[in-house]
Amino acid sequence: MNKLKIILNGIIKENPTFVLILGMCPTLATTTSAINGMSMGLATTFVLICSNILISAVRNLVPDKVHIPAYIVIIASFVTVLQLCMEAYLPDLNATLGLFIPLIVVNCIVLGRAEAYAANNNVFDSALDGIGMGLGFTLALTILGCVRELLGTGKIFNFTIFPDDYGMILFILAPGAFITLGLLIALKNHLGTKG
Amino acid sequence: MHYIIIFIAAVFVNNIVLSQFLGICPFLGVSKKVDTAIGMSAAVAFVMTIATICTFLLQKYVLDPLGIGFLQTLTFILVIAALVQMVEIVLKKVSPALYQALGIFLPLITTNCTILGVALIVIQKDFTLVESIVYAISTAIGYGVALILFAGIRQQLELVNLPKAMNGTPIALVTAGILAMAFMGFAGVV
Repeated sequence: MNKLKIILNGIIKENPTFVLILGMCPTLATTTSAINGMSMGLATTFVLICSNILISAVRNLVPDKVHIPAYIVIIASFVTVLQLCMEAYLPDLNATLGLFIPLIVVNCIVLGRAEAYAANNNVFDSALDGIGMGLGFTLALTILGCVRELLGTGKIFNFTIFPDDYGMILFILAPGAFITLGLLIALKNHLGTKG
Repeated sequence: MHYIIIFIAAVFVNNIVLSQFLGICPFLGVSKKVDTAIGMSAAVAFVMTIATICTFLLQKYVLDPLGIGFLQTLTFILVIAALVQMVEIVLKKVSPALYQALGIFLPLITTNCTILGVALIVIQKDFTLVESIVYAISTAIGYGVALILFAGIRQQLELVNLPKAMNGTPIALVTAGILAMAFMGFAGVV
């Protein structure tokens, strides 16, 4: 039961996007469609789980003074692994997400969880925290991607909901990203204060 | 002429924050006052230029000849982190006044994705060294323009009565969206 709570914590109570407001760059840049948003979320989840596990495993071996550089090296290694795998097996997706795959290194969520959670907890709990945070991030990106794709092109996951002609292309472009995310956070705040 | 086009493209048309979505975290975080926004932009400009030169040379003279391009992400982030530390130490010794002004922003810069982003973009676009330096400086200016404009708007926003749910981040994001719309007007200039 307690273990389930760790996962749910990341998805709802401390959702990285809607509550902690971390990792905004990939959130805004890669959510032009639901699929892109979800792929970015899953890619980050992979790095988050792996780095959380390894950092938690070595947390007592790393001297305090150099712990941040050490964590960054661990995270950067997993990002490189991910980057090479994606180049080999998913070249199209890699081209779409482009620069934002190597930039997972500086995503504040990953280093933030390493510092706040993995550095003080055992391997199993850290893995669960990575899963929870990763899924929370993926969920947020997918929702944002769905809304933008629907308003922009009338589709969700490439299924047509209404004809293309009525789409507001603005929502696929940069301003739409800011406005949609702003309104979604406002909606979450509104529902949060009520309940 | 060529350099002027790079400059205008980086400052207005492909503004790093408003159309490429890099460096959003500090963009939202330190934009509550114009003074801090100016300090942050100056610190970013300083580090970005030095970091781009270092990573560019490293890529061309170490990673490429040795065929270890796959270590790019890892080396770049380490170089940037070390560089930020070094700049901090040197600045403290050489120019205490400048350190006073930029000091608190320097540690934040390591995780500012614009720095790593620009270092990677420059390699991707296959720029020469001079082009890279021009690109880094112009990007930093574009970042400063966006940040300072945004901070100015946010100072005014403080005085406005907003619905409770919109307060804080949501209204900041919507404002950024409108600012991004304004910058869309520059599309097609270059």
